[in-house]
Amino acid sequence: MTLEQLGVGETGIVKEFTDLEMSVKLMEMGCLPGESVRVSRIAPLGDPIAIHVSGYQLSLRRFEASTIILQ
Amino acid sequence: MKADIRVALVGNPNTGKSTLFNALTGLNQKIGNFPGVTVDKKIGYTQLPDGRRAEIIDLPGTYSLYPKSRDESIVFSVLAEKATELTPDLVIVIIDATNLKRNLLLYTQVADLKIPVIIALNMIDLSKKAGIDIDINKLAAKLGVPIVPVSARKLEGIGELRTAISYANKFALQQESIDVKGIAPGIIESISKEHGIDNPYFSLQLAHQHETLKFLTPEQSERIEQLEKEHGFHSQKAQATETIARYNYINDLLYDTVKTPVTAHDESISNKIDKILTHRVFGFIIFIGVLLFMFQSIFAWSEYPMSLIEGLFVWMEGGLRNILPAGPLADLLIDGVVAGLSGVLVFIPQIAILFAFISILEDTGYMSRVTFMMDKIMRKVGLNGKSVVPLIGGFACAVPSIMSTRTIENWKDRMITIMVTPLVACSARLPVYTLLIALVVPNRNVWWIFNLQGLALTGMYVLSLVSAIIVAYVMKFILKARERGYFIMELPVYRMPRWNNVLFSMYERSKTFVLEAGKVIIAVSVILWVLSSYGPGDRFTNIEKKYQQPQYTQSMKPDSLARVISTEKLENSYAGVLGHVIEPVIKPIGFDWKIGIALITSFAAREVFVGTMATIYSVDGDADRIDSVQDKMRNAKNPNTGGPVFTLAVAFSLMMFYAFAMQCASTVAVVYRETKDWRWPAAQFVYMTVLAYGAAFLVYNLLK
Repeated sequence: MTLEQLGVGETGIVKEFTDLEMSVKLMEMGCLPGESVRVSRIAPLGDPIAIHVSGYQLSLRRFEASTIILQ
Repeated sequence: MKADIRVALVGNPNTGKSTLFNALTGLNQKIGNFPGVTVDKKIGYTQLPDGRRAEIIDLPGTYSLYPKSRDESIVFSVLAEKATELTPDLVIVIIDATNLKRNLLLYTQVADLKIPVIIALNMIDLSKKAGIDIDINKLAAKLGVPIVPVSARKLEGIGELRTAISYANKFALQQESIDVKGIAPGIIESISKEHGIDNPYFSLQLAHQHETLKFLTPEQSERIEQLEKEHGFHSQKAQATETIARYNYINDLLYDTVKTPVTAHDESISNKIDKILTHRVFGFIIFIGVLLFMFQSIFAWSEYPMSLIEGLFVWMEGGLRNILPAGPLADLLIDGVVAGLSGVLVFIPQIAILFAFISILEDTGYMSRVTFMMDKIMRKVGLNGKSVVPLIGGFACAVPSIMSTRTIENWKDRMITIMVTPLVACSARLPVYTLLIALVVPNRNVWWIFNLQGLALTGMYVLSLVSAIIVAYVMKFILKARERGYFIMELPVYRMPRWNNVLFSMYERSKTFVLEAGKVIIAVSVILWVLSSYGPGDRFTNIEKKYQQPQYTQSMKPDSLARVISTEKLENSYAGVLGHVIEPVIKPIGFDWKIGIALITSFAAREVFVGTMATIYSVDGDADRIDSVQDKMRNAKNPNTGGPVFTLAVAFSLMMFYAFAMQCASTVAVVYRETKDWRWPAAQFVYMTVLAYGAAFLVYNLLK
């Protein structure tokens, strides 16, 4: 299951990434394996999404969220 | 100015870094560019308690030393390059106390470069309010660096920070964070040996960033590339390993020094605001409302100061004309330099107001929500959520809007935004449109409520936005991306704007515009003045001789005589000659050489069109009175057909030309300033001229 498949309010724990380049950027922003993520909202047009991670809110596109595999 | 100690300010975006910079330095700062790049370099000075002076360099906000944009790549190169005029003696890492974990990543990277560091723990008031309990002494002891709690916004802790700077060590005393050598032992050792570096993290960064670092020679960079192959170094893998190791270290560090409640208070308020501001219906309504208010204000609030500035210059011109002896020097000074200067300064109100709004939108955190909401639509046409504000700002003026594209991190998105923003119908086109529409479109209603003239004007505005979107879409396929586009962005907690920052930003942007774009605008206006006030050979003396003859001086009043002379002079000036020269080119789109003169002089600014028309058609009284210009233009007869010059076809062809052509020296100057490469404004000029000519040709031949 990937982060993209979570609905608003749902929580998951990051397991690994499918895209190395993207993973480097995401990890720098505190979105690391073992970290809990919660989808806080979805943009009015369905993309991008906002997640709660490492104590703050991060927005990312659906495609980017689909590279994050959850436990 | 000479300083005793040089301090670099480093930190994540949205941590209040510029607020702290302003709090430390006050108005005692100057803005320039980092060598070779379009990144604003802000340097300020502050007096330390021991009497020494510290120079503070504000570096662009970044989440890590690995750059994601060109702005961010400055940070490592300034910190790393030895013995330059920017190399810091001390680094202040500013950390948002409400988000320690992510902020500490950058700190550990900077600390590993072994430059003396102080941590400024900002927003300490907010973190206390949120119930975050930080054992500052324990944390400082574990890190081995001084930590100064501050609240930049409330100006608390600034004195303590100055004291900490004055006590700063010459040597880095921070604790080791992670095992850097273990990440890539082979290459770190080789680079350290060959470059004589004793800091493993510096060597590792060289391995990562050697391609973009300006202080390495091509041979050195080539050699590092070779070493990478030998040791099988993979930049992204190494970076991933490093980031994970750093966060492990940070988690250990925070485990017994910080206690965070489950949800922070601020965040739940922020969440409630977000529910409304990014709502699928209200979100867009509010956004459109905010935009409407912004541009209404830019128009309405700038009107009075702009007329004040213009009035001041008219007064100055009058005064100078009285003081200076009449002659070419006075004319050059008054009609060239002073007129050019007024053309520069008149933009200040619009720039200041737009940047006041932008800085409020960014400070409060609303700008990132706009990006969040608009990203999907804008991405489809090759733009970015952040392109919305410059594009809409283009309705007021392209100059401040192009300056505001700096908020777009992605290079390709930013370039496309810069390239299409001048297509949006700016306020300078308005007088041209109203003049021409009133000339050829009948003032009557269709379908009861729609006024035909109003419809034509609305059409021009809609056309401008549609054309900008189409051109952006085409450019999406032409421009090659330098970096992969992604949209991983922090949505900061909503905060009240800091009014000091708003004022600073207004002042700063206006100053930058005047100093940088101003030079080009004045130069162009002087050139245009020369073109329109001198003619080839002795044409001008002949005109003056002709009108000194008694049949003119006796039968005409002095002011109407002066008008006839100036009209004939303009016709015979270099601009007039050029008008004749380009006539064959502009004939297919319906323009004669007189309109040609207006096209040439309008290059300085579009609104000059009305004034030039007034001079060419020798209008009585005030040139600013559009009515009188209109009457003269309506009566102008085409010598070939005997009919009016300004037919429906000619007027609409002209409007198309003004809609698409890059007739604005200020925009050209500002595009050059923002891109630092003449090829961008040149390409923009060419594509817009081709578009203008094509559209005018099409419309003229359809309506003829």
